[in-house]
Amino acid sequence: MAAEATMTQETSSSTMWNGGRSPFNVSWGKMMMWFFLVSDAFTFSSLIIAYGTMRHRFAEIWPKANDVFTHFPFFEGHMPLAYVGLMTFILIMSSVTMVLAVDAGHRRDNKGVAVWLFLTIIGGFMFLGSQAWEWYHFIHGTETGAYLTSDGQVYKDAGNAYHLHHLNPPAGALVSPDHKIISDKATIDAIKGSSEHIHGANLTHNEYGHPLFADFFFFITGFHGFHVFSGVIINIIIWLNVLSGVYARRGHYEHIEKTGLYWHFVDLVWVFVFTFFYLV
Amino acid sequence: MSDQHSQPHGYYTGDIHNQFVEEHYDPKNKSVIWRTFWILLFITIFEVAIAFAPIAHGILVVTFIVLTIVKAYFIVAFFMHLKHEKISFAYTIILPFILIVYLIGMALAEGSFLNLWDRLFQ
Repeated sequence: MAAEATMTQETSSSTMWNGGRSPFNVSWGKMMMWFFLVSDAFTFSSLIIAYGTMRHRFAEIWPKANDVFTHFPFFEGHMPLAYVGLMTFILIMSSVTMVLAVDAGHRRDNKGVAVWLFLTIIGGFMFLGSQAWEWYHFIHGTETGAYLTSDGQVYKDAGNAYHLHHLNPPAGALVSPDHKIISDKATIDAIKGSSEHIHGANLTHNEYGHPLFADFFFFITGFHGFHVFSGVIINIIIWLNVLSGVYARRGHYEHIEKTGLYWHFVDLVWVFVFTFFYLV
Repeated sequence: MSDQHSQPHGYYTGDIHNQFVEEHYDPKNKSVIWRTFWILLFITIFEVAIAFAPIAHGILVVTFIVLTIVKAYFIVAFFMHLKHEKISFAYTIILPFILIVYLIGMALAEGSFLNLWDRLFQ
């Protein structure tokens, strides 16, 4: 037994790197998908690190995601993290259906691959819909909005009881960029008179605080959402191939594995976005 | 025969684009998938649950980052199957991220410096 193991090792070390085969024991397509994902991970890392850098720079006035994303469909009130938690669950679930599709492929079960891949596509669409809803609420903003002064400071209206939950400011008061309550009538009128009344967020202003928060939110979740969208399109193409029996005829389902790698990567990126945008 | 020894998980088809194919189906695969799912789900629920607990912010941040790396490990190792690739291939994929750790250190230090600069001179 030990002799056999030694022999195996000798065989592999002397012949694996001599050409004519993959020394990594992995196919060309799968290896290139991995290398693409490494480069893509570098892009996402750079974006999230840039977010972190600006967050450290503007630490005092940076908005808390828990004060921004507090809505849940069909329910009233202050529910931070609930919706994004649900989105995370949807994406993890679609990762599971994807890996079950790959698993069915290993068993050469064409029908199983079709069913699991279909469920993965549904999960992808659910996630994209959730993200559209999140964007809509962020862009639309609150009813009371905030006041943007000419030097770029954002004074929030205390009417947003849920979005300024932890401060509990009195009605009619304003909240300064560094989270201090302003209840003096003359100061409030001076700020309101010399500033622009804004609602929601876009690339130039953000009622929840620093505009860079909105820029990074749109860019990072948008870039991730575009990856999810591409993944759904690729999954649909692969699914149609499965339905027409392309892989059954080919004799193996390696294509599902390569698509699966991409899909899991999208889930992996979301795990990091969830932590650094919503939790930390 | 020796070929089979050095390629324990499958065989080559001879097609240059799809050279390697899994041969032996391991019935334990399914339980590994569901175990990974429950771990990921449990960690996510735990993260949301402790987000509003009265715990010092610094401790929470460290906890979240550690749990995120744990989740990433389970996704990469079991969903993306990297644990079952050759170890040399796994290192080829993982080691470049040392550069990212280096970039995190530099960029966050820069952000904190700019914060201090703004406070001192504006």
